[in-house]
Amino acid sequence: MTFLLGQSMTGGYGGADILHDCTIGVERGEIAVVVGPNGAGKSTAMKAIFGMLSLREGTVTMDGEDITALAPQERVRKGMGFVPQTGNVFPSMSVEENLEMGAFIRDDDIRETMEQVYTLFPILREKRRQAAGELSGGQRQQVAVGRALMTRPGVLMLDEPTAGVSPIVMDELFDRIIEIARTGIAILMVEQNAKQALNIADKGYVLVQGRNRYTDTGATLLADPEVRRAFLGG
Amino acid sequence: MMDILNTLALLGNYLIVPGITYGCQLALGALGITLIYGILRFSNFAHGETMAFGTMTVILLTWAMQSVGISLGPLPTALLALPFGIAATVLLLLITDRYVYKFYRQQRSTPVIYLIASIGVMFLYNGLIRFVIGPDDRQFNDGTRFIMKAREFKEMTGLREGLAIKSSQGITLIVTILLVIALFWFLNRTRAGKSMRAYSDNEDLALLSGIDPDRVVMIAWILTAALATIAGTLYGLDKSFKPFTYLQILLPIFAAAIVGGLGSPVGAIAGGFVIAFSEVAVTFAYRKVFGYMGYEVDGLMQLLSTDYKFAVSFAILVIVLLVKPTGLFSGKSY
Amino acid sequence: MLRGFLMFAIMFALLALVGFMQSWPLAFAILNLCLISAIMSLGVNIQWGYAGLLNVGVMGFVALGGLAGIVITMPPVTEAISAGGGGVLLALLVAAVTIGIVVLLYHRLSGKLRGIAITLILLAGAFAARAVFDPAVEAIEAVDSARTGFLGGLGLPAVVAWPVGGLFAAAAAWIIGKVSLGLRSDYLAIATLGISEIVIAMLKNEDWLTRGVKNVNGLPRPVPYEVDLQSAPWLIDLSERWGIPVVEMSSVAVKLCYAGLFTVVLLIVLSLSERALKSPWGRMMRAIRDNETAAEAMGKDVKARHLQVFVLGSAVLGIAGAMLTTLDGQFTPASYQPLRFTFLIWVMVIVGGSGNNWGAVLGGFVIWFFWVEAEPIGLWLMDVLTSGLAEDSALREHLLKSAAHMRLMTMGLILLLVLRFAPRGLIPERS
Ligand SMILES: Nc1ncnc2c1ncn2[C@@H]1O[C@H](COP(=O)(O)OP(=O)(O)OP(=O)(O)O)[C@@H](O)[C@H]1O
Ligand SMILES: [Mg+2]
Repeated sequence: MTFLLGQSMTGGYGGADILHDCTIGVERGEIAVVVGPNGAGKSTAMKAIFGMLSLREGTVTMDGEDITALAPQERVRKGMGFVPQTGNVFPSMSVEENLEMGAFIRDDDIRETMEQVYTLFPILREKRRQAAGELSGGQRQQVAVGRALMTRPGVLMLDEPTAGVSPIVMDELFDRIIEIARTGIAILMVEQNAKQALNIADKGYVLVQGRNRYTDTGATLLADPEVRRAFLGG
Repeated sequence: MMDILNTLALLGNYLIVPGITYGCQLALGALGITLIYGILRFSNFAHGETMAFGTMTVILLTWAMQSVGISLGPLPTALLALPFGIAATVLLLLITDRYVYKFYRQQRSTPVIYLIASIGVMFLYNGLIRFVIGPDDRQFNDGTRFIMKAREFKEMTGLREGLAIKSSQGITLIVTILLVIALFWFLNRTRAGKSMRAYSDNEDLALLSGIDPDRVVMIAWILTAALATIAGTLYGLDKSFKPFTYLQILLPIFAAAIVGGLGSPVGAIAGGFVIAFSEVAVTFAYRKVFGYMGYEVDGLMQLLSTDYKFAVSFAILVIVLLVKPTGLFSGKSY
Repeated sequence: MLRGFLMFAIMFALLALVGFMQSWPLAFAILNLCLISAIMSLGVNIQWGYAGLLNVGVMGFVALGGLAGIVITMPPVTEAISAGGGGVLLALLVAAVTIGIVVLLYHRLSGKLRGIAITLILLAGAFAARAVFDPAVEAIEAVDSARTGFLGGLGLPAVVAWPVGGLFAAAAAWIIGKVSLGLRSDYLAIATLGISEIVIAMLKNEDWLTRGVKNVNGLPRPVPYEVDLQSAPWLIDLSERWGIPVVEMSSVAVKLCYAGLFTVVLLIVLSLSERALKSPWGRMMRAIRDNETAAEAMGKDVKARHLQVFVLGSAVLGIAGAMLTTLDGQFTPASYQPLRFTFLIWVMVIVGGSGNNWGAVLGGFVIWFFWVEAEPIGLWLMDVLTSGLAEDSALREHLLKSAAHMRLMTMGLILLLVLRFAPRGLIPERS
């Protein structure tokens, strides 16, 4: 039984369906990566799993519980963390305040979690008084991930965490993500840098026009000549 | 030497003291505009009338207190009535939100629709105010009039120019400072305040973080009610209460909020003082100043007659729109 | 179609009812202002309904149109012109040159230097202009100030003032539009609010131009005077035959003449608006309104189109403003109140149906009618409601006295109710 599973999801933004019978899942401690061309519906699939658009068909389950009808906020309480593709920080607030806001639903002491985030991303500790909007793209992505971690989620969903980030920073971010997965958190991530992402992925999904085209382990997909030719640039 | 001191006293009396007072009043008004803008994302045209409503309740309560003999001694009774006036205004705004704006929030309407709704609200408040208290001028300042009289200052310093400070001016400054400190403490130090800033910064992410939008909106209205009532009462104490002026003050207040950067509280305060001092400085007659500097000139040496003080707010507004539409403190311009 | 027709029929029936129940001169007086309101409403509809532009300074454009009423129709005061006309002209020239230099500097210089240079030039220009202007104005205002004390006008027929009023308003709109269009929609709203306050301040204080709060009375009319009609044999004859007093008859006749003229203007503006709305230009405007980003992506120059439509709409407002001064026969700056001249027009457009010209016209009629009639109705209502109270009860007196303010509340309520429950108005836009 998959820990987090969007099963046969069909739906869109009110108009025509964007997703067609699309299935995506991830296990605890695993990294699942979704790749595909622009406009394939990757972000839409993430939003569907997170409850930001209502599905016409299909279900979302977490830890065996059907959460299809829950609002995003309720899913956060259930242990989902989401880093959207755009607008994923509070730009005029300091790094520390961003983290605090991430933990808004928690009533207990958050200092320990914050400490963990700072250990994971040391640069954030240095910049913790600075407004998030004034950080570099890579630092901002770290803030975004850190913010989502503040609820101590069971699953972390990332929509293109490395967008607009230099290759070195990207490698570093991936390392951090692996570290996070090691702590037992399930990671579901959309990536533009398909090769590097599949490299660290336990599971890979190739989405085309809202449909599952290929689903396999990351290594198998990387080895598949057809996938390489069509989606990984040879 | 004497001339320099006289010039300073003159400028202090006609420029600095009134500028500070007016700046405080505009700053408080602009804060209300900017808060609503930051949270609900529309320009609230009913804000001037909200100020008038708050002031009206304060006046009515002041009268009630006076009639049973309650007073604050040298301070105006209105200060005592203020908390109750704020409570009444909070109630009014929450009711308005419930029956007017909430619907558009659920519809996710564009800001323009909110703006037009706020025009309807303005009409309603306007009629309500005139219905209850009438359109006439009301004086309700019953405290001592002056902290320092011009004559006393002259006797004290031996200068030819007097420097008068009205108690309403002193009260305005002190109340504004306290209020601004409290507001910034709330916004920067408390969880509720931070959640408001977060909501203003990035609504979607705030929702994802579990911040309750209804609560944020409610707090925004409560703060706005307090700011508006206090700003309106201070203005009324300083000048007098006349419903019509609160419609007119809308322009300088909006100008202040935009000049500072819509959505930015610090900007609203800065904008308030920029507008206030420009207005006072441009409409001041500099003849005597020239006199003390040794140039006898005829004519008032006034850049603009006070009848055109609105033109000053407007001119500054236009300059800001042309040069930096996001305002001094980079609010939201689109 | 039928629905609109029916509603207009009801509207005219209501007007007739006023004629029967109150008086006919009143009914026609209301009709005339209904017609003018309908034109104003069309002007705002062009801006808001076609393009989604928010003009919160309707009052200013209307008042500028009203100014044309003076400048065009009043006879010139030759003495005042010779006393200070040249000075005023020179001062305006100085101001224009100053602005010219500033614009030039703005483009040539940059950085701190630019700011300082521009400030200095502006200050120098302001003082120079005032140095010429102030004595000239004093001279003008000294000329028989109880009766004139201003420059007067060109002495042309009233009908000429109407299009000129449109031009005045259009010029102001062009400047405002240049500055504030292309930014977020609220900015235009606030900028227009500002310009309207300034226009009113100017009209109140520039006595050499408008006599300020002393008002300009006795503007020439495009229609005959009541007193002349009262001695006209045909009117006396008619009044005897119908059994209507001569005074009332003459008043109705004059108002009918106005109504005829206004109807012609309304029909011209309406038909032009309709043609524009249905033309490719109108379709493009609406496309921009509905999705600005998409239109921009398709290469439409949104800002330029908005400027166009904003200027056109304001011109219509100016025309209506000039007509209003002509109808009143006087120009009273103090009568321009934002609630009456800006926000009421907005209620007309929203209630009528934004985007639909016929709706705007109907809105103008309906809202003006209720604006006028709300007072007697409110008074009557209050009278009935408080009839239980003693004749001299203070509460009753206060309520009766305040009934006049009921109409502000009524208008607010109507606006909110329509916006919420029938946002497309009485006659919705055809899609
Ligand atoms: N808010 C929205 N409303 C309507 N349609 C949308 C919305 N967001 C995306 N779409 C449409 O859904 C389709 C899929 O978009 P989506 O953002 O999921 O693609 P994506 O795979 O994430 O692309 P990218 O790699 O560029 O991020 C696109 O055709 C897009 O136009
Ligand atoms: Mg995407």
